[in-house]
Amino acid sequence: MDAIQKNLLEQIAGIHEVPQGAYSLRVNGALYGKNDSENITIVKKTDKSGIDIYVKPGTKNESLHIPVLLSQTGLKELVYNDFHIGEDCDVTIVAGCGIHNSGSGESEHSGIHSFYLAKGAKVKYIEKHYGEGDGSGKNVMNPTTVAILGEDSYMEMETAQIKGVDSTKRNTSAKLASGATLIVREKIMTHGNQFAETDFTVDLDGEDCGTHVVSRSVAKDNSRQTFLSHVRGNNRCSGHTECDAIIMDDAQVTALPQIEANHVDASLIHEAAIGKIAGEQLIKLMTLGLTEKEAEEQIINGFLK
Amino acid sequence: MLEFKNVTYRTEEGKEILSDISLQIDDRFVAVTGPNGSGKSTMAKLIAGIYTPTSGKIYLDGEDITDLSITDRARRGVSFAFQQPVRFKGITVKDLISMAAGKKISVGEACAYLAEVGLCAKDYVNREVDGSLSGGELKRIEIAMINARGTKLSVFDEPEAGIDLWSFHNLIQVFRSMYERTHGTILIISHQERILDIADKIIVVSGGKVTAYGAKNEILPELLNVQSGCRFTREVCD
Repeated sequence: MDAIQKNLLEQIAGIHEVPQGAYSLRVNGALYGKNDSENITIVKKTDKSGIDIYVKPGTKNESLHIPVLLSQTGLKELVYNDFHIGEDCDVTIVAGCGIHNSGSGESEHSGIHSFYLAKGAKVKYIEKHYGEGDGSGKNVMNPTTVAILGEDSYMEMETAQIKGVDSTKRNTSAKLASGATLIVREKIMTHGNQFAETDFTVDLDGEDCGTHVVSRSVAKDNSRQTFLSHVRGNNRCSGHTECDAIIMDDAQVTALPQIEANHVDASLIHEAAIGKIAGEQLIKLMTLGLTEKEAEEQIINGFLK
Repeated sequence: MLEFKNVTYRTEEGKEILSDISLQIDDRFVAVTGPNGSGKSTMAKLIAGIYTPTSGKIYLDGEDITDLSITDRARRGVSFAFQQPVRFKGITVKDLISMAAGKKISVGEACAYLAEVGLCAKDYVNREVDGSLSGGELKRIEIAMINARGTKLSVFDEPEAGIDLWSFHNLIQVFRSMYERTHGTILIISHQERILDIADKIIVVSGGKVTAYGAKNEILPELLNVQSGCRFTREVCD
């Protein structure tokens, strides 16, 4: 890996070299390296681009890294990654995509991640998106996540897109069986002329399943953001969706949270708030000696922390 | 230390809040009192730079700070505790105290500042300064921030507002110890007799003017005899 690729890896996964344990690293459209562990097996798909990941039942406290790096301008790829998580597992999966585009071509990575959680499985899924490069070519990422949560399974999904992605359309859909829980925490910051759209659809099918879908975002400059969420309560269940956005400069933010109860014992809540940074917040931090710009940074960093 | 020279402040709509105020503050503990709407908070905001006088000058240690920004005044040693503390999503108590101290501080240091204002530090240090904290908790964190700054002038706008009576005694102790421990000047806007009682001097503001300014021993008895508002606070405190 060259310095640019190493930096991308650090930005999205917080590591400098190939990770420990099970991993699959994709660089410029091809598999760069992969490693199985005793309990996690990674199999390259033969019919299309992508991998199948199998986690043995009962696997505890293991992690899997599957970063994607693109430093070649104009590269477009579509990758299918399927995660088969065995019963009673407790694993952390770190995914993410970093693009460095210094040319004029549009670089695009579209990953379709499908999770199949067996009974009692627990997954923490962390996904970071990052773009950089001084070329005129755009960095485009369109991630799709499908989560099928089995009985009493638990999935926590943390996604962050903080910098440098010109256009993104994030699509997440989930189906929850009895007793399953899905927590989604999304963080997005857009600047310049960027565009970001996130669309969540959660079907609460089983008895006593529940979800929290929480999005915090900051829209700066001329950027545009759209937040869509659709939580359907099809059984006795609880669902909560929240979008909280800070709007700055000439940005535009649209929030369309939707809840749908198809069962009398479905308890669903949605919240959405969009607003600029409160003047009194800036003033408070300025009375501590920060400049207005420093105060703004602290408020945004805290908000997206 | 701090001087107002013919300071007048009018709102954008032209309403005069403070009229031609001139005063010099040299004592270390000064309380400002007066009826609601008399212009006390406006005075504090003029000192912190949140408002700029319509006319007149403000000096800090002889330097004209009238046109300095909030940040510049803060950096010259002015601290200001808000009457209504501000909430922040995602910013923790420790973050705020670090910003106040102007450097990264350890959990131990943050805890020391919190313990001083009567908060059990380990319960609070990593809490977000958001809607989950009560008004009284926020007020104490606000005071802890001023302590962490340790500047030469600390202005408190009604620190007792929102603090329950049980905590009120501790609040007095906090100011007493601040007075003894630091070398800075404390300026407190307050309606509370017991806070006025620990001040060196008292300024009475009424209708946008300073109507009395003198040693506590001269001003306080007069206030307690005349003003019905103070009779109320006396009954509550007793």
